[in-house]
Amino acid sequence: MIAAPEVVAAPLLSVQGLTVSVRDRGVVRPLVQDLSFDLRPGETLAIAGESGSGKSITSLALMGLLPANVSVTSGQLLLDGTDLARLPEAAMRPLRGARIAMIFQEPMTSLNPVQTIGTQLTEAIRAHEPLGRAEARARAIEALRQVRISEPVRRMRQYPHELSGGMRQRVMIAMALALRPAVLIADEPTTALDVTVQREVLDLLRDLQAQTGTAVILITHDMGVVAETADRVVVMQAGRMVEEGPTTRIFAAPGAEYTRELLAAVPRLGTGAERNAPLPPEAPVPVARLSCTSVHYDIGANFLGRPTHRVHAALGVSFDIRPGETFGLVGESGCGKSTIAKALAGLVPHEGLIEIGGKPLSSLTAREHKDIRRDVQMVFQDPMAALDPRMKVGDAVEEPLVIHRIGTPAERRARAEDLFRRVGLTPDQMSRYPHEFSGGQRQRICIARALALRPKLIICDESVSALDVSVQAKVLALLQELKTGLGMSYLFISHDMAVVENVVDRLAVMYLGQIVEMGTRDQLFGNPQHPYTQRLLDAVPIPDPARRSRSYLRPTGEIPSPLRPIGESPPPAELIDTGGGHLVARYSD
Amino acid sequence: MVDTAHVQLQPPIAPASVLRRLMRRKLALFGLAIIAVVVGAAIFAPWIVRYAPNEQLFEGLTLEGAPMPPGGEFLMGTDLLGRDLFSRMLYGARTSLIIGIVANGAALTIGTLVGITAGFLRGWVGAILMRFTDLMMAFPALLLAICLAAIFRPSLWIVAMVIALVNWVQTARVIYTETTSLAEREFIAAERTLGASGARILLRHILPHLVPTLIVWGTLGISVTVLLEATLSFLGVGVQPPTPSWGNIIFENQTYFQAAPWLVFIPGAAILLLALAFNLVGDALRDVLDPTQRGRD
Repeated sequence: MIAAPEVVAAPLLSVQGLTVSVRDRGVVRPLVQDLSFDLRPGETLAIAGESGSGKSITSLALMGLLPANVSVTSGQLLLDGTDLARLPEAAMRPLRGARIAMIFQEPMTSLNPVQTIGTQLTEAIRAHEPLGRAEARARAIEALRQVRISEPVRRMRQYPHELSGGMRQRVMIAMALALRPAVLIADEPTTALDVTVQREVLDLLRDLQAQTGTAVILITHDMGVVAETADRVVVMQAGRMVEEGPTTRIFAAPGAEYTRELLAAVPRLGTGAERNAPLPPEAPVPVARLSCTSVHYDIGANFLGRPTHRVHAALGVSFDIRPGETFGLVGESGCGKSTIAKALAGLVPHEGLIEIGGKPLSSLTAREHKDIRRDVQMVFQDPMAALDPRMKVGDAVEEPLVIHRIGTPAERRARAEDLFRRVGLTPDQMSRYPHEFSGGQRQRICIARALALRPKLIICDESVSALDVSVQAKVLALLQELKTGLGMSYLFISHDMAVVENVVDRLAVMYLGQIVEMGTRDQLFGNPQHPYTQRLLDAVPIPDPARRSRSYLRPTGEIPSPLRPIGESPPPAELIDTGGGHLVARYSD
Repeated sequence: MVDTAHVQLQPPIAPASVLRRLMRRKLALFGLAIIAVVVGAAIFAPWIVRYAPNEQLFEGLTLEGAPMPPGGEFLMGTDLLGRDLFSRMLYGARTSLIIGIVANGAALTIGTLVGITAGFLRGWVGAILMRFTDLMMAFPALLLAICLAAIFRPSLWIVAMVIALVNWVQTARVIYTETTSLAEREFIAAERTLGASGARILLRHILPHLVPTLIVWGTLGISVTVLLEATLSFLGVGVQPPTPSWGNIIFENQTYFQAAPWLVFIPGAAILLLALAFNLVGDALRDVLDPTQRGRD
């Protein structure tokens, strides 16, 4: 982990000429072709690539967990001289977990929701080692302590849903490492986690590896994570290995064209384009203004059916979006940024004031409500979910015009064709269905649909988070181009600080439903004041192996809950102007 | 990457492709064949049969006054009044199918309306509708049908109505659940941000997704309906004699089961086969239309 082992040890795991194919209606199609690499004891090997590169299939092949119609068609998977690819299931089972273990992307779905953490851990241990219940339990508690879970004895009695995402992933790691496997495969272990939690989990993996000497295969799409953790990298594209080498070399001097493109597309902190144009000026009427806006959900019920608790999803949020600017809203999951987006889009009821083009939302009639939708449009995170799978994409783009009774059918068609060209698609694709497009194309369709009504404001709620980095870069460029061309404003919501830095003019950082810091991009990224903002920025993985292993303050304990008993409201954060419109919430150290 | 795991919603499948996939399944083909034979026989009954269904034939009884067994002049024999059973069976098929389609169509319509309204509106409207559905579900269907049939003067259409009033509940439940999950999907939220009205969302974006479910439930429901009609007619509160129906043919002749078994056996077998056929087709349709069942053939 610290450095590649000096003496080139004999490989622990050796993959040679691996080809994995899927059989689909009699046609055999390769998913991974001729992949070869070695894993030495104690090292971390990253397999990096975008979706469809075959990286996850490779890990499943190693574990012998390929789906029924997928099989290893040629090549060898040698672990301690045994070829895993030829091993019958009965012989593979004892190896799984004991010699070669795996952790998955989504810890919630990998844990059994109806069993306690303790039961699952002890079962996993006892399945492989002839230990008594008490011994296994002691071993489980020890494993939980190792992954730095607070109060391990109490955690043993808890169920997965009682733990946060980061805690669950720690449990998975504890479970994987309890049997001291020789090889640990981590398939996107931090992708579903918030950036600060990701940092903790990566640090933990690194420390544990140093202690136990387990070799790790890290499967990831995130070049930042690769740079921070891996000794060597295998870059894959469309089932083939593009390049292999030490991390430092790959990042400093990528050999393959694809690797170069991939690295160029990775958003980096501190490389946002120099701001030549001044910020859009404050206009007399902002595109949207929020003033002390709150959104809450009531949950639980006492015996009279009245709610007992209240989730303060957003509390006293105030900001305005100027014409022509991109306003960023950042924060980790559950901080309330999407709630604000929904309130602006009229999807959830709110308290306080939301003005769009100077008109308060709450005083509108149903008719005006519909009209105001023409000014504010939304682009969602998952374009597949946001498009009706039974509607042709051309009809989807025309639909807003139909709803608002704009133009004749011929005019609408012409407008949709124009929009398709505008977002980089061709009009002849209009009669297809959403599933016939790639993720990036689908997001372009969603953008075209949002543009149809010529809105003044587009809300991008994590609109590029689900896309591969190279696609992400293109969609971001499209958004930028459309903005300058059409003079719209964006509310850009994201958890990814590097992306945000590259696109926004001003931004606000949210934590537990409140804004803790707000200012221009340069103010916030150049001089972050609030400790939470600093922590958020520190946690972003840097795609540069030379700048690895900064000391990072590990926070202790869980994030406080935004859930309060009814009648009790969290204290509002008081924002103080530290100069030039840079607002920072008062905090205590 | 960050993948919001959802059950995959399907793009529309062309009807021709559904039929082709259905034809590849042997059992479904068998079911379709039976349905085709019954439907053909019902439609062309007047041209097929030699005697009117209600005509009491002199030569239909033996000299001792007993019904004629199958074979010879009367393909399926005759009943106690000397009527041609074959003819009664074909005309009875008309009754069964009319009830199967009308009653089931009505049940499906009521169930869909209730389910979709409750699922989309939620709130107290939804609560009242669904509690009422629960109440109907808890009520013994047969008892209710007998009560309703006793209050109204039984006729073909009344029987169809009674069956519809009893059978809509299951559909309502299924449609309610599907609608609630659909209504929470992101593309519905996307429609709302476009300013789409509730009616538009329901008709253009929710209803099309329910079509596969409705087709499957409609098909499976026909067999239930056919059986319920037979039961009601057998109990004497269904289709009234002399109008033939498979159920009341059994009802009329049950007491002579030992002397003339074919009078019970033939209509019984017909009911069994038709119900089985609709079930087979319904099951196959579910496999073809339901993505979660894919890849099992």
